[in-house]
Amino acid sequence: MNLALSDEQVFLREAARGALSRFKTLEAAREALDTPQGGTGGNASALPDLWPTAREAGWPGLLISEEHGGAGLDAFDAMLVLSECGRVIASIQLLGHLPATAILNDGVGGNGSAPMLEELATGEKRAAYLPACPPDDLADDWSVDPAHGLARPSAPRVSEADGQARVSGELAFVPDAPGADLLVGVALLDGRPVGVAIEGSAAGVSIEAVTRYDSTRSLGHVSLKEAPATILDTPVEALAGAWHLAQSLIAAESLGSVETALDVSVAYAKERFTFGRAIGSYQAVKHSLTEVLRQLENGRSLLYYAGWARTGGPDEFPLAASAARSVAGRALDTAARTMISVHGGIGATWEHDAPLYFRRAQLSRRLLGGTGRATDRVAGELIAQADAA
Amino acid sequence: MDLDDTPEQAAFRAQARGWLEEHSSEAPVLTGPGALQDEAEILAARRAWQGKLAEAGLAGVTWPKEYGGQGLGPIEQVLSNQEIGRAKVPGILDAIGVGMLGPTIIAHGSEEQKTRYLGAMLHGDEVWCQLFSEPAAGSDLAAVQTRARLQDDGSWRLTGQKVWTTNAQFASYGLLLARTDADVPKHKGLTMFVVPMDAEGVTIRGLRQISGEAEFNEVFFDDVSVGADAVVGGVGNGWGTALTTLMFERVTIGLGGEGLGYNSTRFAGAIAADPDARRNPEVRHQLGEIASELLAVRFTGYRTLTALQKGQIPGPEAGLAKVTIVSGAIKAGDLIADVVGPDALLEDSEWAYMISFLPGLKSAGGTEEILRNTIGERVLGLPPEPRLDKGIPFSELRSKEGAPA
Repeated sequence: MNLALSDEQVFLREAARGALSRFKTLEAAREALDTPQGGTGGNASALPDLWPTAREAGWPGLLISEEHGGAGLDAFDAMLVLSECGRVIASIQLLGHLPATAILNDGVGGNGSAPMLEELATGEKRAAYLPACPPDDLADDWSVDPAHGLARPSAPRVSEADGQARVSGELAFVPDAPGADLLVGVALLDGRPVGVAIEGSAAGVSIEAVTRYDSTRSLGHVSLKEAPATILDTPVEALAGAWHLAQSLIAAESLGSVETALDVSVAYAKERFTFGRAIGSYQAVKHSLTEVLRQLENGRSLLYYAGWARTGGPDEFPLAASAARSVAGRALDTAARTMISVHGGIGATWEHDAPLYFRRAQLSRRLLGGTGRATDRVAGELIAQADAA
Repeated sequence: MDLDDTPEQAAFRAQARGWLEEHSSEAPVLTGPGALQDEAEILAARRAWQGKLAEAGLAGVTWPKEYGGQGLGPIEQVLSNQEIGRAKVPGILDAIGVGMLGPTIIAHGSEEQKTRYLGAMLHGDEVWCQLFSEPAAGSDLAAVQTRARLQDDGSWRLTGQKVWTTNAQFASYGLLLARTDADVPKHKGLTMFVVPMDAEGVTIRGLRQISGEAEFNEVFFDDVSVGADAVVGGVGNGWGTALTTLMFERVTIGLGGEGLGYNSTRFAGAIAADPDARRNPEVRHQLGEIASELLAVRFTGYRTLTALQKGQIPGPEAGLAKVTIVSGAIKAGDLIADVVGPDALLEDSEWAYMISFLPGLKSAGGTEEILRNTIGERVLGLPPEPRLDKGIPFSELRSKEGAPA
């Protein structure tokens, strides 16, 4: 039994915190909200470009094996980095890049090499994951996020003619898609899921940059019309695993934001006085802050579960990652709302940092299938376990 | 990061498993077909089984060898508990004695007390109970009013009332927190005593709860005489001694959460059994939220074990796991009753029992509000609530409250 961070993991986390501290990410996030949208980067163009920092630190290659130029690390290491990004609401395209590279890395078995892997490991090229939600106990289909509403379209389809695979389909709100060199995801070949890699600049690919509510989150509506693709030999478990990895990463990122929201709120509760005493001495305030801590600690424990399960207990990875996502999403909403209420009226003003965490909380919980879908999968996985017992 | 045993732990586990495989047929059957029915018979069988577990080195694992323990760490005790659970046999009868009161005596007791009491406690020959809480002293434990008055011959006379006392009805001894000096501030005038439960003037009354069962007792002390050698940890040091017990209680709760049976697998099983509920989005959503938090508690336990393995003592944040378990189980009981309907409330249903038990559990081992105060202050570093009892002699405090000291 050992859930302690290794020395290398502590170093990875501290190095990430140090590297990101050199940027005024929160100020930039606020400014970007006032910058008119437009161009390929949306209003994200007002944000500092952190990709060179990520490259310097070796983050793009975290999940790529050493033989292909990466660091050969695992999901938990990636979660540590994402948590640090979440702490300062850094806009950095790892949420899209890392699951994409995991699919590619798992696809370079038997018959050859995945495209761009070495360049993706160094960060010279950047990939984005085309998220497809794997089947569950109620539905057999692979689905993608819709542009509006609850009905979920099927994953893209792939057809082969004259030795060329071509992918067609629509995916909405794809994290980090704008500007990606390679799109990596799942498509259905005669109803069977296969891994596909599509160059961002290929014919038939169009990516509409969109921003919603949180200026730091680069999103794209991706439209694929007979786009030429490379079919990967990634096993289906790893295709589903990429979805669960993405759930773990956004959970880790959310919990990083919870950490800061809680720290700032606690500091304020110690220094703000009413009726002759610090507001943190009132039970109403104290208990709401311990509630944030409770949810944060639960979320952290589930990150360990997910981090362990991806390689230590793959059968449990869907359950672990979904539970982490579910708890982390609620924790971030609670933390952001508590941050505002502990600060009083000032917490709801434009110049304060609390609204940035609040905006992050509202959008994050609706991406990648949404927190609700992850919560439903927790139930589905446990019901399946009960049936098997 | 791994969930595996070290080679030493694996060896310990294999030894425990081997012993249990060989001896599990000797364990008392408490549920299902062939279960023992007679209360006295159950008690005798559970005492004997505790003795065997102790002999085999599966109970009191963290106790020093000279008092019958194994001199090992809390990890090995957890491994032992896991194997006992896996073998589907009952654990020890006197978990409060062996887990909390024995370690308190080991830490604060005299050599004579350790020699006299520990061996018999560990083997189940003498069961113990914890006499701390009172009707007017629960969250504010240092407000206990049970009085111990020193006699000319050096003995003490005890008068007062204790409550929420598990196992008092068959306990041989109790560890009792009493006030020996009311004219000093309340934390200072306390002393811990060992009290024989069959002493003259001790009255034990079962306390029935919502379910109708009496899992606790009220214990009354009417001029009960104990000797000078009954004091544990010195006169006036009762609060420090009590804190040791409460620290062990925290460890027990932190590591034993899953042992309460409030886990995601059990609750999901109840939902999976209903063909409509398992497809109902609202039911699934609620189950998913509850189960996620309960799964988190399992890994919080593993994080606690990691800390213990590194020689760190778990802090008050373990109390948050208790809040999560209890509130999660309350929501699960509510959801299952919605799904099953009124039959979930049949008196002999496992769900009716759980639903009845949980409101009280919310206050057991520290109310949720007190836990949140402690964690807010000790973990987050928030300032304490202003207190009106600091530095004031207990007798004055009582008269301010409009009651005699």
